[in-house]
Amino acid sequence: MDVLLLARLQFAITIIYHFFFVPLTLGLSVVVAILETIYVKTGNEKYKRLTKFWGKLFLINFAIGVVTGIVQEFQFGMSWSEYSRFVGDIFGAPLALDSLLGFFLESVFLGVWIFGWDKLSKGLHAATMWLVAIGAHISALWIIIANAFMQHPVGYAISDGRAVLTDFSEVITNLPVFSHYPHVISAGLVTASFFVLSISAYHLLRQNETDLFRTSFRMAAIIGVIATLSVGFFGHTQGQELLETQPAKLASLEALYNTEDPASLSIITISNPSTGEVTLDLRIPALLSFMVYNRFAGEVQGIYQLQKEYEEKYGPGDYIPPPTILYWSFRVMVGAGLLMIFISLFALFIDLKNLYGKFPWFIKILPWMIALPYLANTTGWILTEVGRFPWVVYELVKLQDGVSTVVTIGMLVTSLFGFILVYGLLISTTLYLMLKYAKTGPLVVVEAPAEVSSSLINPPESQ
Amino acid sequence: MTLNTLWFIFIAILYTGFFVLEGFDFGVGILLPFLGKNDLQRRTIINTIGPHWDGNEVWLITAGGATFAAFPNWYATLFSGFYLPLFFILIGLIIRGVAFEYRGKDDNPKWRSLWDWCIFGGSILPAILFPIAFANLVRGVPIDANMQYVGGFFNLLNPFALLAGLAMTLLFTLHGACFLSIKTTGEIEQRANDLIRSLWLLVVLLLVIFLITAFIITDIQERINLFTIAFPLISTVAILASGYFLRKGQFGRTFLMTCLTVAFFVLTIFALLYPNVMVSSLNPNWNLTIENASSSPYTLKLMAIITLIFLPVVLIYQAWTYWIFRKRVSSEPKQLTY
Repeated sequence: MDVLLLARLQFAITIIYHFFFVPLTLGLSVVVAILETIYVKTGNEKYKRLTKFWGKLFLINFAIGVVTGIVQEFQFGMSWSEYSRFVGDIFGAPLALDSLLGFFLESVFLGVWIFGWDKLSKGLHAATMWLVAIGAHISALWIIIANAFMQHPVGYAISDGRAVLTDFSEVITNLPVFSHYPHVISAGLVTASFFVLSISAYHLLRQNETDLFRTSFRMAAIIGVIATLSVGFFGHTQGQELLETQPAKLASLEALYNTEDPASLSIITISNPSTGEVTLDLRIPALLSFMVYNRFAGEVQGIYQLQKEYEEKYGPGDYIPPPTILYWSFRVMVGAGLLMIFISLFALFIDLKNLYGKFPWFIKILPWMIALPYLANTTGWILTEVGRFPWVVYELVKLQDGVSTVVTIGMLVTSLFGFILVYGLLISTTLYLMLKYAKTGPLVVVEAPAEVSSSLINPPESQ
Repeated sequence: MTLNTLWFIFIAILYTGFFVLEGFDFGVGILLPFLGKNDLQRRTIINTIGPHWDGNEVWLITAGGATFAAFPNWYATLFSGFYLPLFFILIGLIIRGVAFEYRGKDDNPKWRSLWDWCIFGGSILPAILFPIAFANLVRGVPIDANMQYVGGFFNLLNPFALLAGLAMTLLFTLHGACFLSIKTTGEIEQRANDLIRSLWLLVVLLLVIFLITAFIITDIQERINLFTIAFPLISTVAILASGYFLRKGQFGRTFLMTCLTVAFFVLTIFALLYPNVMVSSLNPNWNLTIENASSSPYTLKLMAIITLIFLPVVLIYQAWTYWIFRKRVSSEPKQLTY
């Protein structure tokens, strides 16, 4: 274990953990805001109960997203100080704007939303949730802009041994932003839609508050269909961009060892990346070329050729991100994504045709499908970030040049174990609370005696 | 005024905002297990800061981001050098933030008491460690010619920094008690008032001792200017004035004065630093300054324009939330949210 490996491991753990909660915050903020808006427009109490029910689950999730986000911001300076020195002139700005323009809005108005039920007019109260949703989405935009710079640096010049901003508009209109941002935002909606869909199915299965949960079910199915298709579309766009921006990531995720034209798409490849020995290789001819060029021809560079090219350009070293991790992350992500498209379509079909009774097995498996968006979100970020290897900033700063020089193995081991311990305890607590409140449903909130409901998010007289 | 100075001022303002606002909710967190004698009272206490703590904490995140954007070398040296204290601060902030949200989600008394102590621990840890870190910026820490911190963890725990930690933690506690005094009624209000009275003199003494020590052990005598004289004086006058209002029983004004005390205490730290951002105890030439630690003029200018537009907007809507929740929190169970 060396400092670099520990720092990478810590970054991986904290960012995966953080992004475990963020997509639901993004998507569910919109869902809750829509529900409350319907309540304000129609005055139908059903929508108020729905707002409160999903709002409570939103809050449990939100708290943990916030506190793990602070770790992310501090970590650049703590473990990656040389990276921070080198790119601070450019990379610091989107981080600062993330909190100034997004996070402030989100946090301040969430406080108002939680406590403001009987202090604000109905319309104003619903507006605060929209501000929370807008704040969350602005925040995500700046983070994606910051990450896009790491994936594809633009708008800078090297001066006195560090990167200096030359054109801010280039940084914010960086190519990956246009595919990554809608991809992530859609993934947030997918997460929220599957969250709502599976919990609604759980209650429908038990004939609990059928009217309420069918409304949630329908809404989630509609959002699900749109968002899953959108995720797929922008994911595809990203894949095509890789040819230009990160060919090594593309070759690695397709386990394409040698340059091909037209390039084949791997169905399943089992190989040993260190020796290059291929045990099993099932491929569809020319399909990869079609995926990236929209035609059945076109060259896609292979791992060996890219490695040679990079060595000539940047000196000896390993320039290919680990194919095993990328190949399987990509397949799990895409597999989960495709499955979610079918599930949302089928859910919508069942709801519109009122066939709940005809497909009990589908309603029965739906609660388990909540795992799919989490699987896809996590593997998606692993693909993006591990695929950056061996660079912190693509083709500009290598990992070993970004890590802090004064941080010792002892410090990193301490913090790594500390974070793992605290995060482990927190995720168990969060899951316990989520399950408890999701299973209870909104009924208890309304009919509970004072001493029970007092522990819930909202004062009973405003129910 | 140069852009670098302007950015130094912005960062001073952001940290000042953070300590004034989060200062009282650190104090409230520290007092929670002691002023709240039963579950209802503890819930009342948490509800006073319920709508605000999250927004207050964003001041820190913005200050961190702004330091990164405007002075990358300051951010890099400080955060990597003070690695362990920052790690403990993070752990504190994590368990505290989650505790606010989770304590009310289960009725088991053991569950609630566990989270109450998490709020206490998560409040007192950063309340002690932040001042220790800031005192070290002023005092000077081993920084080499390459802008790297070369001291260890225990270098940071020197008497001067520990004095700052103690003084500020007690000041935050006093500040929190003043906030509780104006936001609660009955028993809690009474206990908060008693606490303010017994704590006040100690805070005054520690604060004055710290400020005098700061003038003796730093090289500030060579860099005396209007701000290095005015800020510590205002801070001292404000804490004395808080005693005056305290005796007259005007707790709203007492709280206003502790706000000023905290604000000008933090501003004093920044005035003592300027134009350095981190002092090297090894060689004055190795100090990090607003010049050698900064971003390019283009970045500074761009970010300055955005900040000048949006920081006032943030201030306005955050002030609005304090206006919305200006009433005292009663101990009626059905009025409580957490």
